[in-house]
Amino acid sequence: MRTHRPNPIVSLVSRVVSPFIMMFALYVIFHGHYSPGGGFQGGTLIAAALILIRLAEGNETAQLQFPRAWATPLGSLGVLIYFGTGLAAVFMGGRFLDYSVLHLAHHATMSRSYGILLVEIGVGLAVTAILVSIFDNLLEGKPDA
Amino acid sequence: MLDFFIGHYAYWFVFILMAIGLYGMTVKCNLVKKLIGMTIFQVSIILFFVASANKWGATVPVLDHSAGSIDPTKYINPLPHTLMLTAIVVGVATLGVALALVITIYNRYQTLDETRLLEHMRKDDDSE
Amino acid sequence: MKTANYIVLLLFTGLMIYASLGLPQRGDPYATINLDESPVHSPGAAAYYIRNAHKDAHTDNMVTVILADYRGYDTLGEETVIMTAGLICFMLLRRRKEEKDENA
Repeated sequence: MRTHRPNPIVSLVSRVVSPFIMMFALYVIFHGHYSPGGGFQGGTLIAAALILIRLAEGNETAQLQFPRAWATPLGSLGVLIYFGTGLAAVFMGGRFLDYSVLHLAHHATMSRSYGILLVEIGVGLAVTAILVSIFDNLLEGKPDA
Repeated sequence: MLDFFIGHYAYWFVFILMAIGLYGMTVKCNLVKKLIGMTIFQVSIILFFVASANKWGATVPVLDHSAGSIDPTKYINPLPHTLMLTAIVVGVATLGVALALVITIYNRYQTLDETRLLEHMRKDDDSE
Repeated sequence: MKTANYIVLLLFTGLMIYASLGLPQRGDPYATINLDESPVHSPGAAAYYIRNAHKDAHTDNMVTVILADYRGYDTLGEETVIMTAGLICFMLLRRRKEEKDENA
């Protein structure tokens, strides 16, 4: 992996295909309500699209798309979204992770539906960032300052 | 007798997979081959639970609005699928940490063979 | 040493096959786990989730409702596991300044 030999066919195909994989991954996350899918599956697909560019173009070029310094903060943001939704329910007077007291919609069941969507977005973000971070660290760890 | 075999053959194949994973973990000497055995063992457990959630003539656990009332014998059991989603992700996390440990061991001892590693560690213990 | 390994593996497989002889038929819609009421007269989990998922959360996919609503606490713990694994990999594989000076 450290001696990257550029290959025009692999480079062109991965550069064309990778945005479509990301689009399909967003579809899988947001349609977790109506078809098999959800947060974990979509998060893994986005991570696969980002790692494809790292494999095909070399590590230095791929850092321009998704720098390795973004990975841990985005992962923490994903966990914060999940935990924050649960704590917001406690502040509104309900139980922990009780989405019906959040009043995201008029009915209690629609509020639960939107609460599930919010939580799945947080999960997808965290899974993406951590998988890309594990790949980057296994490749070469960050030189400590 | 044939009914019994048809109702249970999937479990027996999963147990053969488990034995293959255990063979990789215990008999092989290279650390990376042990990790491959661990992954095969983990995947066999996931297959066991997902295969046990089946129902004859049932469909995926996504609600079908064209049917009238909800009949639980027409949808497969969704609970093992949910628990196995968690198990798959935990398996990926375990594999990532295990590979990081293998890289650290290689940087320290310059070998990945189990018997030579034990000799090195015993020498380090004796010299301290 | 290796033969002891193989014998233990064969015994393990035999023991698991013997233990699986008591399981119900794979796919029986009236097995004990798929009923509406368990033998101790508590509600059966799978049948409850299938019947009430759309009523409680206005969502078609029952697996997502179970994962994020009925059992959302387990999913929170699992996200913590992923985060911890990422942080462990980061901390194990940093390169410190003394090692870089030694290699240079």
